[in-house]
Amino acid sequence: MLRIVLRRLGATIPVMLVVAVVVFLMLHLSAGDPAAIIAGDNATEEDIALLRKSLGLDRPLAEQFVQWIWQLAQGDLGVSIFNRVPVATMIAQRMEPTIALTVLTMTLAVSLAVPLGVLAAWRVGTWVDHTIMALAVAAFSCPVFLIGYALVQQFARTWKVLPVQGYTPLSEGLVPFLLHLALPAISLGLIYTALLARMTRSTMLEVLGEDYIRTARAKGLGVRQVLLQHGLRNAAVPIVTTIGLGIALLIGGVVVAESVFAIPGIGRLTVEALQQRDYPVIQGVILVSSLAYVLVNLLIDLSYLLLDPRIRY
Amino acid sequence: MHNRRNILAGAGAAALLAGSLAEGRAQPKKIKTLKAVVHADLKIVDPVWTTAYITQRHANLVYDTLFALNAKFEPKPQMVESYTLSPDGLKYTFTLRPGLVFHDNQPVRPVDCIASIKRWSARDPMGQLLATFITEMAVVDDRTFSMTLKEPYGLVLDSLGKATSPPYIMPERLANTPPNEQVTDPTGSGPFMFKKDEWRPGNRAVYLRHPGYVPRSEPPDYLSGGKIAKLDRLEWIYIPDNNTVLSALQAGEIDYFEAPPLDFIGMLKGSPDISVLNIDSLGVQGLIRPNTLHPPFDKYEGRQALLHLIDQAEYMGAVVGDASLYMPFCGAYFLCNSDNETAVGSEPLRKPDYAKAKALLAQAGYVPGQKIVVLQPTDRPQYNAATTVLISGLRKAGVTVDVQSADWSTITSRRTRRDPPDKGGWNLFITTHGGPDTSMPVSNVWFNSKCERANPGWACDPELEKLISAWAREPDRAKRHAGIEEIQRRAYVSVPYVPFGQFFQPVAFRKNVTGVLAAGQPVYWNIDKS
Amino acid sequence: MSIATTRTRIVRPLVVRRRGLLTRHPRITLAALLLGTLAGLAIFAPFITEYDPMTLAVTQRLRPPSAAHWFGTDAYGRDTFSRTIYGGRISMQIGVSVAAMSVLIGVVVGMLGGAIRWLDPIVMRISDGLMSIPAILLAIALMSLTKASVATVIIAITIPEVPRVIRLVRSLVLTIREQTYMQAAIASGTRLPRLMLRHILPNVLTPLIVQATYICASAVLLEAYLGFLGAGTPTEVPSWGNIIAENRTFVQLATWNVMFPGVFLALMVLGVNMLGDGVRDLLDPRLAGRIGK
Repeated sequence: MLRIVLRRLGATIPVMLVVAVVVFLMLHLSAGDPAAIIAGDNATEEDIALLRKSLGLDRPLAEQFVQWIWQLAQGDLGVSIFNRVPVATMIAQRMEPTIALTVLTMTLAVSLAVPLGVLAAWRVGTWVDHTIMALAVAAFSCPVFLIGYALVQQFARTWKVLPVQGYTPLSEGLVPFLLHLALPAISLGLIYTALLARMTRSTMLEVLGEDYIRTARAKGLGVRQVLLQHGLRNAAVPIVTTIGLGIALLIGGVVVAESVFAIPGIGRLTVEALQQRDYPVIQGVILVSSLAYVLVNLLIDLSYLLLDPRIRY
Repeated sequence: MHNRRNILAGAGAAALLAGSLAEGRAQPKKIKTLKAVVHADLKIVDPVWTTAYITQRHANLVYDTLFALNAKFEPKPQMVESYTLSPDGLKYTFTLRPGLVFHDNQPVRPVDCIASIKRWSARDPMGQLLATFITEMAVVDDRTFSMTLKEPYGLVLDSLGKATSPPYIMPERLANTPPNEQVTDPTGSGPFMFKKDEWRPGNRAVYLRHPGYVPRSEPPDYLSGGKIAKLDRLEWIYIPDNNTVLSALQAGEIDYFEAPPLDFIGMLKGSPDISVLNIDSLGVQGLIRPNTLHPPFDKYEGRQALLHLIDQAEYMGAVVGDASLYMPFCGAYFLCNSDNETAVGSEPLRKPDYAKAKALLAQAGYVPGQKIVVLQPTDRPQYNAATTVLISGLRKAGVTVDVQSADWSTITSRRTRRDPPDKGGWNLFITTHGGPDTSMPVSNVWFNSKCERANPGWACDPELEKLISAWAREPDRAKRHAGIEEIQRRAYVSVPYVPFGQFFQPVAFRKNVTGVLAAGQPVYWNIDKS
Repeated sequence: MSIATTRTRIVRPLVVRRRGLLTRHPRITLAALLLGTLAGLAIFAPFITEYDPMTLAVTQRLRPPSAAHWFGTDAYGRDTFSRTIYGGRISMQIGVSVAAMSVLIGVVVGMLGGAIRWLDPIVMRISDGLMSIPAILLAIALMSLTKASVATVIIAITIPEVPRVIRLVRSLVLTIREQTYMQAAIASGTRLPRLMLRHILPNVLTPLIVQATYICASAVLLEAYLGFLGAGTPTEVPSWGNIIAENRTFVQLATWNVMFPGVFLALMVLGVNMLGDGVRDLLDPRLAGRIGK
């Protein structure tokens, strides 16, 4: 087990390098120029050129890349072009809200979706199944911002029970923290729940159709036992895969939710940095989030070993 | 024994009392905080390095200026107590008000002012113009400095007291930073201090009252007069989604909204908890910018053709909607309601005439089928709306339009390219500008027709520049007014840009917020909250 | 638990079942009807509505639904019904292209990776790398690379989807590969291509159909998110995504401009999902309520 972990961790280094090269090239070859944005409307071309020079953007790409990688090797992500704040500081400031929102949404969704999916599979073809699946489809096909606006309208403006926007750090108390995250987590959680419930149901149905389940039933095992011991256990691998895939989907939603609810997280940091072409920030954020993602995937792969003894690496 | 115990008890009580009194003194009342949602994220704190409006508004809080405009757009002394001009019109002497201090408690000295003017004049167009007249700036005494000109210039005070991008006075140690390097230390002498440790780019910026600020005794008038900070703390919050801001304002989570979407003004006016106020009598002018380097807009006729495509009401309907927030028609390059308003020469703009436009385009050498590249920003709703109307107008005149959609930052970068439109260049794009700067030929940056030295689009008309230069040298305000008509008549011939309308952006705030000033832009002095 | 019996799987030919399709598979019928209607509206839009989706009429802006404008008008006075049915063209094109392209590429690469042991780590590291960049951020970044167009959006959404398909295919292949009947087939010397086509492909097909429907739906949604963040298809050509995105500012004032395209979007997702589920049950008949009742 330890050897597998070490080997996989070693394997992340080339992955990160690939990400670094791709992101760097993609950004620096793309249209848009931070110097033009900073210099503003009055700037002449000479002004912009001077600014590019003082920002170091006029040097050859290869040189800029080598310098960036050299900095990285020393653990330095660089500073923002715009406000000269170190990228590491900016990421650290923005990390908590994003992690909090993601974890809360995941917890909410998994704890809702798996039971719902199993229930739908168990009662397949009945009104229970149809209702759950109809709700899932409805939720699944609604853009996050629409659900967000609707929830804000009801909970924050009509009933005034939850705040419209903003984020309160956990350090300022659990209750305000949860109150501020409630609406974004529900808006995101609905979609994620719908996806996960669908996948759980499909996989459960697949597993429940297997001959050994029938055998188990024939042996006189109770419904609950068959569902939980045999069904869910065998369905676990695809469900966990979906949860893993869902994290990626979730991040997309988080970006949008952070915009709608004014949560100062990583997603908004990246979108704003992209719009402004703040290269060091974009590069830093994408690298860090890639690293996080790779580690999560490693955990998922390892969980296969625990969940399905037939898989080996 | 008894006595002593009493004394001890008494002493303890006194100590307790003193303690609570001290605490009471430290916090005489609740800290008065205003939460304002601003129109953009404050990313840069150096107003010389960038001209972004949000940074200018930050600078208005943190820095003070030598002069400032009043509601009639006349420059009035602000940091300056008194000034003199020598009879030959060549030497200004400025004396600062006593007691001015920076946020680090250092006094404001004439050297600080001179260094700040120098740094500013390297970047700002009006500053650059002023710099060509200045031969020397010198310290006279602790509060006085002089400015010597090589020939009389009419716009010295107007330059020092510009409404946007004036020379903000920084300590000399910061003002000596090269103009192409960013100042990151926000120490100024303005009524508010920037709390850098609470700054979260992308989320919020925090300001505290500057306790050492000495306001002028006059009442506030536009950007001039006494700047009294009545708030203890000001939080600027940036929320990118307008629906969220509106909801937060209605729910009372925020107090003040700089830029409510114009379509919602009607709804906000109807709300019992919210006030709506137009703080800017000049407002915003929309403009279509032709690229004069490439056909057909390299010819006057090509640019004049654009005038005939415009139905300002249609543009304003799409961009603004609410008819109470725009002018039905404004043919003044230098804004309606301004000192320099005139309708001279604007006849072609009054009514669309597609046949005329077509004929003029043909004269300019436009061949049907030739692609005209229009840059359409996807992430700026107002520009996007106006561009949509422009495209439909061009098509009505038989023009083949090649719409290039991209986000605004891509467009700001692409528009600086001089390449032919089909090789990464462009023909037309839309932007807006406003305020007192737009209302003067020298500081209206899109009007600038200095060819190579002009903004993207490279408007080029030496004759127009000659008129402007003569106008700027005229020291008499009344005579300058007459020169405007000549300038505008010429502008409608060479068409540096096409104004497609003028509209207003009110601010909205909770009813418990008072003292919001009509200063042309959101300023936060004089605002109180109950 | 160890009763995993040898699977001799028979995929029933579709042809035999065609006769009873309508009655036996109401879901497929309904889905086909729904998608057919939406596609029909999109294709025959010029004959259905007299309004051009691009013509501005600012005097008519933000009108609520009426007899003249069934779905009201938007901020430019354009007819929302017309824009919605025309918008279906782009949204469907994006959904279908992205699903087809990403599944096709994903299956080929994923099966190869899952079947050939030495290839597996390479494929997985590359897809890990791509996947580790959040899809929406990768898409926005790709959009900023070049000018906004429908083709760019399709590519920008497909690239992040492909590794997800690869991962799913590979996890399925891994499980199948270890099953007894596969071990038997490998032991009996079945060649790789044959193994793939005869044994593995049919087994990954069912989950892939579900996956494809999900991709199709999520592509349409992702297009809306890209629009929301200012990096979607050019607003000149309507798509459900950019109609919603363009009108989201007015959601408190003119709900109809967001609601109607939103409902169409939801209907399309519903149709695609029902079709996916229906076909899945059709291909895998062992599933109909065998347990628990």
